[in-house]
Amino acid sequence: MVTFNLLLNAVVSGILLGGFYAAVTIGITIAFGMLDIVNIAHPVFIVMGSFIAYLVNRMFGVDPIVTVIVASPLFFLLGVAIFRFYHAAFEGSGRGSLRGLAFFFGMLFVIEVTLLLAFGVDYRLVRTTYIGPNVGFAHIDLPLRMVMPFVGSIALVSGLHIFFGHTFVGRAIMAVAQDEFALSLMAVDTVAIRQLAFGIAIATAAIAGGFLIVIQPVEPSLGREYIGRVFAICVLGGMGSIPGTVIAAFILGVVETMTSTLWGPSWAPAVSFAALLLTLAVRPSGIMGR
Amino acid sequence: MSKHGIRQNHGKRALSPELSFDDNPIKGTRLTRRLFGRGFMTISALAACRALRASSALAAEPIKIGFGMAQSGPLGGNGKAALLAIEMWRDNINARGGLLGRPVQLIYYDDQTNPALIPGIYSKLFDIDKVDLVLGGYGTAVQAAALPIVMQRKQLLIGTGAVAVNDRYNYDKYFQMLPNGSTARTSTSEGFFQAAMTMEPKPKTVAIVGALTEFSHNVILGARENAEKFGLKIVYDSGYPPNQVEFGSIIRSIQAADPEVVFVASYPPDSAGVIRAAYEQKLQTRMFGGAMIGLQYAELKQQLGPMMNDVLSYEFYVPAPTTNFPGIKEFLAAYQERAKTAGADLLGFYLPPYAYAGMEILEKAVTATKGLEADAIGRYIHETTFDTVVGKVSFAANGDWAKPRLLYVQYRGIVGNDLDQFKEVGKQVIVEPQEFASGTLHYPFAASSH
Amino acid sequence: MRRIPSWVWPIAVAVFTLALSRFVENDYYMFAGYVVLQYIVLASAWNILGGYAGYVNFGSAAFFAIGAYGTVVLDQLVEPPLVVAILFGGIVASLVGLVTAYLTLRLRGVFFAIATLALAIVLQTLVMNWEFVGGPLGVYTTRPDSIAGFPSYVNYLFVVMLVLALIAVLVARSIELSFVGRGLAAIRDNELAAECCGVPTFRLKVLAAMLSGGLMGMAGAPFPYYITYLDPNSAFSIAYGINSIAMPLVGGMSHWIGPVIGAVLLAVVQQVATVTISSELNLMIVGVVLISFITLAPNGVVGLFERYQQQRRWRPGK
Repeated sequence: MVTFNLLLNAVVSGILLGGFYAAVTIGITIAFGMLDIVNIAHPVFIVMGSFIAYLVNRMFGVDPIVTVIVASPLFFLLGVAIFRFYHAAFEGSGRGSLRGLAFFFGMLFVIEVTLLLAFGVDYRLVRTTYIGPNVGFAHIDLPLRMVMPFVGSIALVSGLHIFFGHTFVGRAIMAVAQDEFALSLMAVDTVAIRQLAFGIAIATAAIAGGFLIVIQPVEPSLGREYIGRVFAICVLGGMGSIPGTVIAAFILGVVETMTSTLWGPSWAPAVSFAALLLTLAVRPSGIMGR
Repeated sequence: MSKHGIRQNHGKRALSPELSFDDNPIKGTRLTRRLFGRGFMTISALAACRALRASSALAAEPIKIGFGMAQSGPLGGNGKAALLAIEMWRDNINARGGLLGRPVQLIYYDDQTNPALIPGIYSKLFDIDKVDLVLGGYGTAVQAAALPIVMQRKQLLIGTGAVAVNDRYNYDKYFQMLPNGSTARTSTSEGFFQAAMTMEPKPKTVAIVGALTEFSHNVILGARENAEKFGLKIVYDSGYPPNQVEFGSIIRSIQAADPEVVFVASYPPDSAGVIRAAYEQKLQTRMFGGAMIGLQYAELKQQLGPMMNDVLSYEFYVPAPTTNFPGIKEFLAAYQERAKTAGADLLGFYLPPYAYAGMEILEKAVTATKGLEADAIGRYIHETTFDTVVGKVSFAANGDWAKPRLLYVQYRGIVGNDLDQFKEVGKQVIVEPQEFASGTLHYPFAASSH
Repeated sequence: MRRIPSWVWPIAVAVFTLALSRFVENDYYMFAGYVVLQYIVLASAWNILGGYAGYVNFGSAAFFAIGAYGTVVLDQLVEPPLVVAILFGGIVASLVGLVTAYLTLRLRGVFFAIATLALAIVLQTLVMNWEFVGGPLGVYTTRPDSIAGFPSYVNYLFVVMLVLALIAVLVARSIELSFVGRGLAAIRDNELAAECCGVPTFRLKVLAAMLSGGLMGMAGAPFPYYITYLDPNSAFSIAYGINSIAMPLVGGMSHWIGPVIGAVLLAVVQQVATVTISSELNLMIVGVVLISFITLAPNGVVGLFERYQQQRRWRPGK
């Protein structure tokens, strides 16, 4: 029996979930939406971040979200290194993005196996003070386990939005996304800018990893289950648009929870992705695409 | 540098200090030859003895046991634990002189929890590796894919963790080490419902939810039958896709239906998700739990901690006064020690004792029939009740356990996140079946009012 | 040597392999060979749309699964001979390809890729909820013990897949060398310009999608007999999607022999790794092989060969 309370909470849960999805996707928005790099390995970087958070949490009891924020500069450097290799090997030659795709497929496997060898196949969870308590008001349930990643995610995405819209470097990245050739004619080092952007994308993966392991148990091959969602949200949101990504993430989250509540969770993936197909058919450039 | 000097130096370095040469090179040479001769004869005699012993062991060709076992993929965790148990059996039996006097050699390949690899793996085991015996991997899908190949070769197949694989074939040489028994579909949830009916007043409604994967779905189908059998009305009945992240809305929908009993059939990530969501929302119900895979693993027990209090779940083994089978304590102690470096589950309460018991049964059957002939072994196993580390085991006609013996356990008094508390008696109370019960059900569900 | 038309070679190799298979006693080689041949079909099929036209299909698993589940449906109803199941799978899959094409091929390439991914997920969810084909429980298909004219049923499956591989390669070759292939190449190079030149881009793309999907469906149709227990996870495995893309990339996407080379290379590596190193490292090896080839051989093995031939031409008489 569906009540108003149920629906209201479904929407709220969907928004909390959507916030998390936004953090997971933002790296793809940057790498794929802005830089046209099909980084299909992005989810496995997220999982890598989760495992680092797990390790530190296990050994020192440090909060996972704090851990990944501290670790993100390292991931930034990792992203820069990967971009350097990627650029040298694949950009500028024919079918670069497709070969880049295969390269990232390869990376996906290599990193996944490294995680397997390092941490084993078992599911890992973390312990924090905010897994368990529930903050509620009126009729709305807010489990802190979902709220904290949501808050972190909104902070991350807002920060990036401000960065891209209002700082010199951020605007440079958006300019490169818009028209790289023109920019290179203006004597701008587009490669350095793209390198920076890709580094940021991987850094966001680390932070999303901290959120992930708070929300659900993580094991090395978990990344594969997020590939579809991540690209779907990016495309739905309109490729390189950050507000678009957020809106699309919310939509996907709410669709999932509403379908769960109204018809049963078993149909949720079909509904989400059918919605995506429909959007592509009607408005191919996505919600906020140009 | 005189010749003497050289020879002397050489002599002092090459042979032991007591044996040194005088200055006469010819005499020295003769001595050398004699010493060498004697030394050589001694050494070669010793070597010959060792070679004889070694070659007599080598002459006893190893018995090859082949199988696929998940070391990666979704069921990799259980596969690693099972493999460790099988390796422990191999080490144990080889230390005791081998099987039929021959050393046991395990030949296994990682099936990656992917049944598509099974035909290749098992045909290689039979046709190229020429194994004498095969075992099944872990999980229904991989054993279902292996059975036709094994049947074609008229061989024996012993496995753990598969449900209803032989229902279609009724092969007489298939054996399954799973306490769920031959009516696994219903027997998996039976203990849960029996426990529910011990509550006073008797419950009238039940919510059923589970993952859309083959084991969970099978269990859900059985749970529906059991609900009817025990006279419970199903007020919520839903499945969720395997990669479900958010369980709050599911729990809320369940709450809206106001069930007195909640039955869940889940896999590790969802088991954690469901328990956390139920705890966070203070799910109001009298009994909560089900066939929740993952709650048997060290990691989840440790990290979920007090959230598991009053949750009922099936277990294969927990330390209790009623589960003190011969050898189980020693086995677990040895397993837990090796698991640390093997990267397997640290407690070993789920698959390892069953995998080990399966090997004990194989060993006894092979020894009793004095050979590797599948028909004879199969007949012997069907006719015999075995004493193993998991108690007395006997098989039904279709290869499943004759008598289901799935333990339904309620977690009580878990504090903090210490793993060792699970090794003690008392934190995991067996409530069903009655012959193994170490306590009674506690209700209503603790999380409702935490 | 130059007078022999190139279509002779695939047929010759196929006949030779067929003859060889008569003498192979170990079923293992049949099982392993089946997988390699299956990937030749998938890779060649993928390349029709992906390599020739430049439209990347992420959802090869969906078409493969349509073929597999088509067989399951038929098997539950009528127990047909395998050839019928293959045709059925191929037709259904190509119809799905047609529908997908209509919905998505008006979009820029990347959207098509995402749409194929979405399709795979939608189809998998549908199958999971469909009790008739077992839903999440999976479904058993009995593999007959033997069949007239072949040493074993597995041998028969191998030969069937050999024929399918031959068909796929010949189809790919005939597309490549026909006006369809030239049209697709024009689309790949610059779709707008091709439109302006009067190339019927939409119709060609739809044709390519139908052929590509249909061949993949045919590759999937015998699968239930190979594996005897089919569940949605196996049928929709991401491995099919990944391999379908990786194999043409490694082998070379511009020539019909490329997917064959890539399929043989990667599939053999994977099969060998499964029964030798056999651990998590399998996946690592595939990843490393993929990265190495992609980096060192940008246009695949075919590209390497072409570069070598070019260099030879600069040094005549050596």
